[in-house]
Amino acid sequence: MILKGKVWKFGNNIDTDAIIPARYLNTSDPAELARHVMEDADKDFPSKVKAGDLIIADSNFGCGSSREHAPIAIKAAGIQAVVAKSFARIFYRNAFNIGLPIFESDDASVKISQGDEIEIDADGGVIRNITKGETYKAKPIPPFMQELISAGGLIEWTKKRIKAS
Amino acid sequence: MTITEKILAAHSGRDKVSAGELINAKVDLILANDITAPISITEFKKIGAGKVFDKDRVAFIPDHFAPQKDIKAAEQCKMLREFSREYDLGLYFEVGRMGVEHALLPEQGLVVPGDLVIGADSHTCTYGALGAFSTGVGSTDVASAMATGECWFKVPESMKFIYHGKLNRWVSGKDLILHTIGDIGVDGALYRAMEFEGEVIRSLSMSGRLTMCNMAIEAGGKNGIIIPDEITEGYVKGRAKRAYKFYSSDSDAKYVEVREYDCSKIPLTVSCPHLPSNTKPAAELSSVSIDQVVVGSCTNGRIEDIREAAEIIKGKKVSPNTRMIVIPATQQIYLQCVKEGLAEIFVNAEAVFSTPTCGPCLGGHMGILAKGERAIATTNRNFVGRMGHPESEVYLSNPAVAAASAIKGRIAIPEEVL
Repeated sequence: MILKGKVWKFGNNIDTDAIIPARYLNTSDPAELARHVMEDADKDFPSKVKAGDLIIADSNFGCGSSREHAPIAIKAAGIQAVVAKSFARIFYRNAFNIGLPIFESDDASVKISQGDEIEIDADGGVIRNITKGETYKAKPIPPFMQELISAGGLIEWTKKRIKAS
Repeated sequence: MTITEKILAAHSGRDKVSAGELINAKVDLILANDITAPISITEFKKIGAGKVFDKDRVAFIPDHFAPQKDIKAAEQCKMLREFSREYDLGLYFEVGRMGVEHALLPEQGLVVPGDLVIGADSHTCTYGALGAFSTGVGSTDVASAMATGECWFKVPESMKFIYHGKLNRWVSGKDLILHTIGDIGVDGALYRAMEFEGEVIRSLSMSGRLTMCNMAIEAGGKNGIIIPDEITEGYVKGRAKRAYKFYSSDSDAKYVEVREYDCSKIPLTVSCPHLPSNTKPAAELSSVSIDQVVVGSCTNGRIEDIREAAEIIKGKKVSPNTRMIVIPATQQIYLQCVKEGLAEIFVNAEAVFSTPTCGPCLGGHMGILAKGERAIATTNRNFVGRMGHPESEVYLSNPAVAAASAIKGRIAIPEEVL
């Protein structure tokens, strides 16, 4: 799988209240959540972001609440993937469970700039910066997470498991 | 093994697990609230399991936007109610019976020592105070576990935090955990278990222990945990609805890091905007004016917390420039406040005394901040926009500092008002 798009850059400790403020959590409708994605980090973001774009952030992305509405809002806004130095653990689980591609890479997080065009080879774990002509390595995705991805998320994985038992 | 590893091993049918291993473990209890359960319900139905794995081990608690704050919130609460009826859930808590989930479940003896608990709420880590392994997960994790009774986990590395000496006057579990987060940062325990011990912890009340484990997530921790002792026994005896088991850490258990604190040097502590790790001694913040004070939440809404705030404000008034909102975390605590005359103390002080809800903690309802307003709260997060407008601010403190600040209309310590 190749994910190619334009980068929006964010800093460290982007919390789930910044990704999707609780004032919008009286619904779990993905399209409605997408209309407010990253609003408290950048109030114009929902109108600027385009389907196919990517987010690059620093460390501890998605810290705070367990709200799955956060990766749902990102995915529903058409953002293809999030690359960060590290992810908060519940956000990490949620992303794999619902099928939002995420990658950990120190290099990519530091060297990629706002507006760069990048291309992620999801299977090879390679991130290419087309604008700068650089290549970065993402941390390998653990085997179980790959199993979740190939199953199509946790629900499909669970269905298979119930069938097999 | 550590206590965390032992509980995970026991629930995955193994003699031993070690940090980094991926396991599938049986869960004792699953919970979700009115924000997270709707997604769990939708995803659960996609699995097509027909029934939940155990109708008495799935708890649905509408507490965040309940009593229902608007039509959409009411629709979400209705989803929980209807699902609970359809699947005959034994642990659905309607308004009038509900409380803030992490205060309610331990109080009702529904989580017990040795349990493995998951919840679609990040503060599920609270129950580590009872010597249980408990952690926050997503709604889809909950949906899957509702069908199978199991959940996947990576066995976390453990960090040990040892608290020596004696606590200063009014310094509580809240100050210890804020100080610790200030020390290690909001990702200082990322993916790790935080084990709290030392003579200060051994003499700390269950209320203080629950507050500390509650905020493990604010350091990125997977779980907070305290080895159960006679204080734990005293709390669970007479409440526990199931058999329980005390686990402890072996003397040769592995810790990736051990940090020690001299509690005589830990002052009343406040987290400044916009991260829980941005801590300062409360005494240094007396120039910070306050528009709103909130006492409550899963962090500090227990009877001991409300008593502490009442002790400070008794016979005094909330500053004319400030409003104070007191929210007991459960119906039982609410009733206790009425019986002990605490409700009367707050009303006489011209504070609001509210029915249980998470409410303002996450900017839901019951005290939202306008642009430029500033609150001090006994809650757990002070991220941008947490309690309302993105240009409002939240300072985090213990109940005594919050109450003193309400009287002064600025951040204050109890000594200034007593």
